Amino acid sequence: MNLPRQRYEETFVLNLGPQHPATHGVLRIKVTMDGEYVIKAEPVLGYIHRMHEKIAEQGNFAQFMPYTARMDYLHALAFNHGYCLVVERAAGIEVPERAEYIRVITVELNRIASHLLWWAAFLLDLGGFTPLLYAFDDREQILDLLERTTGSRLTYCYFRFGGVCNDIDDEFISGTRTFIDRLRKRLPVMYHSLVTGNIILIKRIKDIGIISTEQCRRYGASGPVARGSGIDFDVRKHEPYSIYPELDFDIPVYNEGDSMARYMVRMDEIEQSLRIIEQALDKLPDGPIMAKVPKNLRPEAGTCYAAVETARGSLGHRLLCNGDRNPYRLKLRSPTFSNLSLFAEVAEGMMIADVLAFLGSLDLVIPEIDR
Amino acid sequence: MEATNKLHTTLLTLFGSLNEGAEDATAQNDNDATEARVATIPLDYSRSGANLEQHCRPEQLRTAAELLNTQHFLLESITGVDWPEKNQFEVLYDFIHYAVPQYRVLLRCTVSRDEAIVPSLCSIFSAADWHEREVYDLFGILFDGHPNLIRILLPEDADFYPLRKDYMP
Amino acid sequence: MANPIVHALVYLIGLMTFAGLNAAYLVWCERKGAARIQRRTGPCEVGWAGLLQPLADGLKLMTKQLLVPDGVDAALFRLAPVLAMLPGMVALAVIPFSAHLQALDMELSALFIFAFASLAMLCVLLGGWASGNKFAIISSARAVSQNLAYEIPMLLTLITIALISGSLNLREIALDQQGGLFHWNLFRLEGWHILTMWIAFIIFFICSIAETNRAPFDLAEAESELVAGYMTEYSSMGYGLFMMAEYINIVVGACLTTILFLGGWGCPFDVAPGWWWFGLKMYALIFTIIWVRWTYPRTQIYRLLNLSWKVMIPFSLINLLITAGLVKFL
Repeated sequence: MNLPRQRYEETFVLNLGPQHPATHGVLRIKVTMDGEYVIKAEPVLGYIHRMHEKIAEQGNFAQFMPYTARMDYLHALAFNHGYCLVVERAAGIEVPERAEYIRVITVELNRIASHLLWWAAFLLDLGGFTPLLYAFDDREQILDLLERTTGSRLTYCYFRFGGVCNDIDDEFISGTRTFIDRLRKRLPVMYHSLVTGNIILIKRIKDIGIISTEQCRRYGASGPVARGSGIDFDVRKHEPYSIYPELDFDIPVYNEGDSMARYMVRMDEIEQSLRIIEQALDKLPDGPIMAKVPKNLRPEAGTCYAAVETARGSLGHRLLCNGDRNPYRLKLRSPTFSNLSLFAEVAEGMMIADVLAFLGSLDLVIPEIDR
Repeated sequence: MEATNKLHTTLLTLFGSLNEGAEDATAQNDNDATEARVATIPLDYSRSGANLEQHCRPEQLRTAAELLNTQHFLLESITGVDWPEKNQFEVLYDFIHYAVPQYRVLLRCTVSRDEAIVPSLCSIFSAADWHEREVYDLFGILFDGHPNLIRILLPEDADFYPLRKDYMP
Repeated sequence: MANPIVHALVYLIGLMTFAGLNAAYLVWCERKGAARIQRRTGPCEVGWAGLLQPLADGLKLMTKQLLVPDGVDAALFRLAPVLAMLPGMVALAVIPFSAHLQALDMELSALFIFAFASLAMLCVLLGGWASGNKFAIISSARAVSQNLAYEIPMLLTLITIALISGSLNLREIALDQQGGLFHWNLFRLEGWHILTMWIAFIIFFICSIAETNRAPFDLAEAESELVAGYMTEYSSMGYGLFMMAEYINIVVGACLTTILFLGGWGCPFDVAPGWWWFGLKMYALIFTIIWVRWTYPRTQIYRLLNLSWKVMIPFSLINLLITAGLVKFL
């Protein structure tokens, strides 16, 4: 929409946040506005910065495990997985097959829970209050399943170097299968025909916040943000880890680059995660769930990188060891940090209501950005 | 696999010529023992998560980054490291490629702790903007040419750099 | 009533009670309706089925601290909520609930109600501007442009009804529709008005939702974008009064729709007409309004305004012309 620009003196600065119902955490965005139009949007970070990277250097490798869940609390198991992967790679630890399958099942269940919450919160931002209750109903099933096995509902500390700490039992397996059937029945009816097909929602998010492929590459975007702009990039297929090479699943990619595309990518990902869980449950082998790992892990000196795919994109851990019991330097590459960095460029010229729809479609979890 | 190998050989060639150009420049500067060497090291992906490690001096950083940009890499992360025993800071850049699977390039650049200025990659990769601000915020390394080098995670008026090894809260 | 003063007093007290009870218990209806749509129970603790919940909420609101922030315009800030109650209460005075239940019978009662509806718009503007809060100002500006845009189709539809009934007196419009289902304006068979009245009804209903700032047209108080919009700085009874005013406006809107389109107090089968049929139709409309709120997300401001200026006004104008033709020639 092109409107004649008014003189600079008629613009005003609006502070969205840090406490704001729609910013999903403590994010502050300084928006310079001209009426309803955004001239400049500048995210201000650091309101929940807890210096995790320094904390990692103070204790030994195992002592950092609980902290990994506190960053992206919605997909905490993927953060667990990423940290375990990098330490196992550095120390040369082999994970038994049953543990790998359990890891994948729980991570994918957590991914579905994360996407359901994103869907609920996104629609809440847009003014639809009811889908929240529908999504949380399904999410409650997942949380109950995971609580039985891991002991936590949100901030999991379930993975250990060399496996997982608790085995899954038959009740978990049957509960998961029931859940998969239930969600498969509800997805087309309650999620898609009631909400995705709603004309007001479509008009609200179609052609809003278009991100081009080149912008994605320049800013290092990953996850549904990149896949919604036509880039076929998912760490599970790009740099396969764990048992993902043995499972058959697709990566949804949409080319339009608008909020609707990112919405559809995440909805399709829920279905793909259900497929992965089903296959993993079918192929689940017997065996130990933990490898023999020395109590005081001292990986050899050097640097190591490992990436996993979280619900928000590619999470990277860069670990530098010097033979000590503590990591020398642990850098967490958070996907949302890179995804949010393109916000300033894309939000220029949008209307304030569209800005919030765009922000919601980026799926932000601020503690992950600030670490 | 084929695409990976092809990219690998291309990069080895390109970095090789970059290294030669750098060594010609070094030949004039024999006293600089503290400067890091310029080298390209292929790595084992399964052990270190990267395929290629390129050490370069600050002056060659932008050229190396431009090389990677023309090959359509993307900048994933910038890590700062403090080596107090050697009196050096090191900056590590991680690059991946959307289309070529399982190929990661690591760029390493070392500067002295007393004069920590590294050229900024903002004009080549926009991702560098926030990552460099974070490294500046936590280490105090200055990035020459950054459009807006202010603190990003700590409060604007903080006067300490927490990730330095000699930082005492 | 023989004595006009007694008549006035009885109706005054009666209408205030009606308005107060509606404001309180429509909140209960809304919460229960929302809960059932969202597959949960809603208020069920306080009293049987949560029926004492509105009392508990009212008590809570009254005992909260009445905050008046620094930098607000003192008189206007306090005046806005009180003024917001005015249009609804005044409109209730001229609505005929049955052939014998009407506080005041005016010749131009429909016009009277619309005149006061514009005052409601002014109160939103006052509340937002007096708060001295950027979010509130943006929200008031949006609310004013929205209300303005949606008043026009409502008035055009009113003119259409006036053409059919020959009067702007609500009582006469309702009397004109007595005699069964097919005498109601919506299904009016005589003069073939049934062809055009359904468009008029839909337009009027949507406009009444938009005028009262209900979802999907609740941009003025768009919770997730502008916190609470023009009501952000209000606490305790200031906020309570705004909420009560909103529900009374919904009641007035539903009453108007019932009288103009659904035959007022008439029965579909023309047996025992009275205020019970009026109540039934009015509450059915209110239930639909509640239902719509919890089903749809919010539109954007420019789409909202486009809907009014580019869709509703042309359609209501065409409707008016066709109705005029039908009245003249049939």
